[in-house]
Amino acid sequence: MSDIKQTRGHVEVRDFGLSYPTLDGPMPAVTNASIHINPGEFVSIVGPSGCGKSTLLNAVAGFLKPTVGSVTVDGEAVDGPSAERGMVFQQYSLFPWKTVKGNVEFGMKMKHLDKASRDRAARTLLGITGLTAFENKYPDSLSGGMKQRVGIVRALATGPKVLLCDEPFGALDAQTRVIMQQILTNMWQRLKISVLFVTHDIDEAIFLSDRVYCMTARPGAIKAEIAIPLERPRQQSMMMSSEFLALRRGLMSLIREESLKAMGGEISDLALEGLSIDMHGQSFADVV
Amino acid sequence: MAQPADLLTGMPAGTAPPAAPPRPVWLYVRRWLALNSEALRAVLIGAVALGLFLLAWHLLTTYRVVFFVRFTNVPSPAAVYESLTRAMHDSKFMMHVLLSCRRILIGFSLAALVAVPLGLLMGRFKLIHETLFPITEILRPIPAIAWVPMAIMLWPTNEQSIVFITFLGSFFPILVNTLHGMSLVDPVLVRASQCLGAREVSIFREVYFPASLPHIFTGLTVGMGVAWVSLIAAEMISGQYGIGYFTWEAYSLVQYSDIALGMICIGVLGLGSSTLIRGLGRLVMPWNRT
Repeated sequence: MSDIKQTRGHVEVRDFGLSYPTLDGPMPAVTNASIHINPGEFVSIVGPSGCGKSTLLNAVAGFLKPTVGSVTVDGEAVDGPSAERGMVFQQYSLFPWKTVKGNVEFGMKMKHLDKASRDRAARTLLGITGLTAFENKYPDSLSGGMKQRVGIVRALATGPKVLLCDEPFGALDAQTRVIMQQILTNMWQRLKISVLFVTHDIDEAIFLSDRVYCMTARPGAIKAEIAIPLERPRQQSMMMSSEFLALRRGLMSLIREESLKAMGGEISDLALEGLSIDMHGQSFADVV
Repeated sequence: MAQPADLLTGMPAGTAPPAAPPRPVWLYVRRWLALNSEALRAVLIGAVALGLFLLAWHLLTTYRVVFFVRFTNVPSPAAVYESLTRAMHDSKFMMHVLLSCRRILIGFSLAALVAVPLGLLMGRFKLIHETLFPITEILRPIPAIAWVPMAIMLWPTNEQSIVFITFLGSFFPILVNTLHGMSLVDPVLVRASQCLGAREVSIFREVYFPASLPHIFTGLTVGMGVAWVSLIAAEMISGQYGIGYFTWEAYSLVQYSDIALGMICIGVLGLGSSTLIRGLGRLVMPWNRT
């Protein structure tokens, strides 16, 4: 059993580049990005807005074709979206005309699962996430946190190899966000599924991930890859630990540099003064 | 011996409350009134306004007011009511009404059956849109009434041409609104369905169609209104039966109270059919509570 899980959900993005055609010729959105997700690993991508982290995610989902490079999942090239790669969207994207249960059952219905097993699976998943009382409600009557719980459960219901999350908690308030992070971690640990998580929230990335990729400003490229050695299960209190804070400082300065670049070169020198950070005795440059 | 009454229940303090205290009906009535006060207010004001309208009509016609417009020949509400009671026992009047309803039913249903799928296909497939859109855009501004001579040439019987006019009247509002609905479908929902394994047919059935339904129903409601407009015009021009013909015939036969009766009848039928569609919409779209 554990053997199967170990080999499932290996994502490999190699020398990925994507550019959009414009009148001035191809405009690169992402260049030369290589990332990988080991089976069962939780990996985040952080970067300033517009750096192409969502582009990368959408390429793994199969919505965008790479201009150069390759995207493979378990050795197979990604060719269009599929239920193998479940996705959680920032805007929840629940079907308003389906009840909570209908939304969760959707993917299984597409797989032509019979009604009884669909029903059973949906109820189990809704039970785990505390949504049983809302199974017959329409999404419009749910709070943001509930909607996104449904979004996560819906994506997991088809048993995907990889879960792709596009800033899923970006629209939630701080308290709900923390709870949702716990729920997602719990689900991930139960199912041992690979996760690719895109966010601009550094705390979120560190708290959730095994590894974090940091992207540069547009055109996006991978600037750094940082392992998060915090032990699991992770507790809220860890966010105050010196280890966490050190990781946070490191990532923060990486991102800040890129955000400033994205906003315009002239202010970057000024703002970067005095930003030399030590991490576990390594200098900032070593981490990069 | 007198005991102080409990503030909440109104029962003497100290008496054991029954297992399930029967709640007074008036409490429910009061709460219901409080919850529905807005709606009740609207109904009340509406009824008063309607009453005032009838009163004004009554006064203007009994005193045969001439003030820019002439009420000398306009029938009074009482005369129209008399016409109505007479008409209710007249099988011919009922036949007029039923025939008009049948024409609406056939013309409108055909329009919905053609325009909705066409709109869905045009919204989904670019080539179909690019091909048909210019044609529909040229035909759309032509009022259904302007089609009457052409319809008479096209169709062998009068009945068919009138149904055709009704069809045309409702066709374009339904098509345009369906197209509009399709253009507003959230692409993220389409992507969400693809990530859950949906393919073309499923995406169409599970995403595009339900997402467009509110607009389709707007189109049906508007289309129903235009269908009545077109039908009445067509009946007045080329009909031998139908409520539009009845109204026109009443004018020719100098039966003025029947004119008003015909008009009111058209109003009530139009209102009824729109209400029917709205109710159907609510039934089909339980998520769309507004």
